[in-house]
Amino acid sequence: MAEEVVLLDFWPSPFGMRSRIALAEKGIKYEYKEEDLRNKSALLLQMNPVHKKIPVLIHNGKPVCESLIQVQYIDEVWHDKAPLLPSDPYQKATARFWADYVDKKIYDLGSRVWKTKGEEQATAKKEFIESLKLIEKEIGDKPYFGGESLGYVDVAFIPFYSWFYAYEKCGNFSIEAECPKLIAWAKRCMQKESVAKSLPDQQKVYDFILQMKKHFGIE
Amino acid sequence: MGEVKVLGSWSSPYGLRVQWALGLKSVEYEYINEDLLNKSEMLLKYNPVHKKIPVLVHNGKAIAESAVILEYIEETWPQQHPLLPKDPYERAMVRFWINFLDNKDKVAPFITFFTGVGEEHKKAVKEAKELLKLYEEQVLGEKKYFGGEEIGMLDLAMGWMAYFGVIEEIVDVKILDAETFPRLHAWIQNFRAHPVIKNNLPDHDRLLQNYTEKRQRFLAYSPHTENA
Repeated sequence: MAEEVVLLDFWPSPFGMRSRIALAEKGIKYEYKEEDLRNKSALLLQMNPVHKKIPVLIHNGKPVCESLIQVQYIDEVWHDKAPLLPSDPYQKATARFWADYVDKKIYDLGSRVWKTKGEEQATAKKEFIESLKLIEKEIGDKPYFGGESLGYVDVAFIPFYSWFYAYEKCGNFSIEAECPKLIAWAKRCMQKESVAKSLPDQQKVYDFILQMKKHFGIE
Repeated sequence: MGEVKVLGSWSSPYGLRVQWALGLKSVEYEYINEDLLNKSEMLLKYNPVHKKIPVLVHNGKAIAESAVILEYIEETWPQQHPLLPKDPYERAMVRFWINFLDNKDKVAPFITFFTGVGEEHKKAVKEAKELLKLYEEQVLGEKKYFGGEEIGMLDLAMGWMAYFGVIEEIVDVKILDAETFPRLHAWIQNFRAHPVIKNNLPDHDRLLQNYTEKRQRFLAYSPHTENA
């Protein structure tokens, strides 16, 4: 049976990047469809009627929504290559916990860094750096969060690296100065083709953020 | 198969999910009740990142976040009462709906239903009913349980509905009624009847008393109340 895989996505979305990386790691051929979020396609609305959001993974016509659920799905279906989740239940749980942490903390706090200014931004910056320092500890002595190879947390987190330059410029701070180990990890991930090909250029993301700021009327 | 501890709170549906999962799999565990206004050293040690319940401790290793714990329980004790389907697509659907209903925007209307008054309350009732309609029609559908013929992980996540009636009693507004939501209503009866669930529900009278007190406090401090 021919496998048909489609990814509805939006180039700067860190969530979309997760699925791009997972598919690349597994060597899966798929059709990438760029969505204009101001003018969502009929396909997107049909495949994700509940949230109307990207990314949407469509496998043989059936949609899977939510990036981390997509990554788990990809890992389960194409289980014979490049496993992303560990096989040990406790290590798996730890991986799930930290991926959830990225969603709960990193994304929200990072958003507040570029969306706010003054006092609010100062607080957001402080909390953002604290959250980065906390997760940075989880790398330990390993090359990746997943150990010797790219794993679930790496896939969940590395997309945000493409937004670091934008956060730094908007917040006027250096992430490398605060979290050198994290940046070393990120650069290591970027050496991998699956990651390098899935992440947009940081300057491009920054330009996009500047446009968003203008659009939202943030100075 | 090792020592299992659960740190929970008597009325938290997130903690109960974990207890129900272990109960369905006949896994013995020690339950430790946390006073969330006075968190124990143990809780802070086992969940330093979020400092929340539930926490599962298995052979001294701690796991936090109820959705993560449920997956761990399923993987560690896979034979007894499976909580997830085998098919990857169906598993993705279960995970999608758990993620959906746990989202703070989807929980909020039910919380505001309890804490709010006036316009805010009206809006919450409307939103809550829309969500219940979605759950009844699209998620449960014609099935006996969200998990099909047997209770599954999604049923456990929906378990808060099993004692939502007490909240409705206190607020004196019914939204999850049998006429509007016959299937959800039938599901609640079936769910509550299962021996593991039946023996692990928060005490009705205690809920009534405790939550009535809470509700009085919200009303007293609300600027919308007439006698404020």
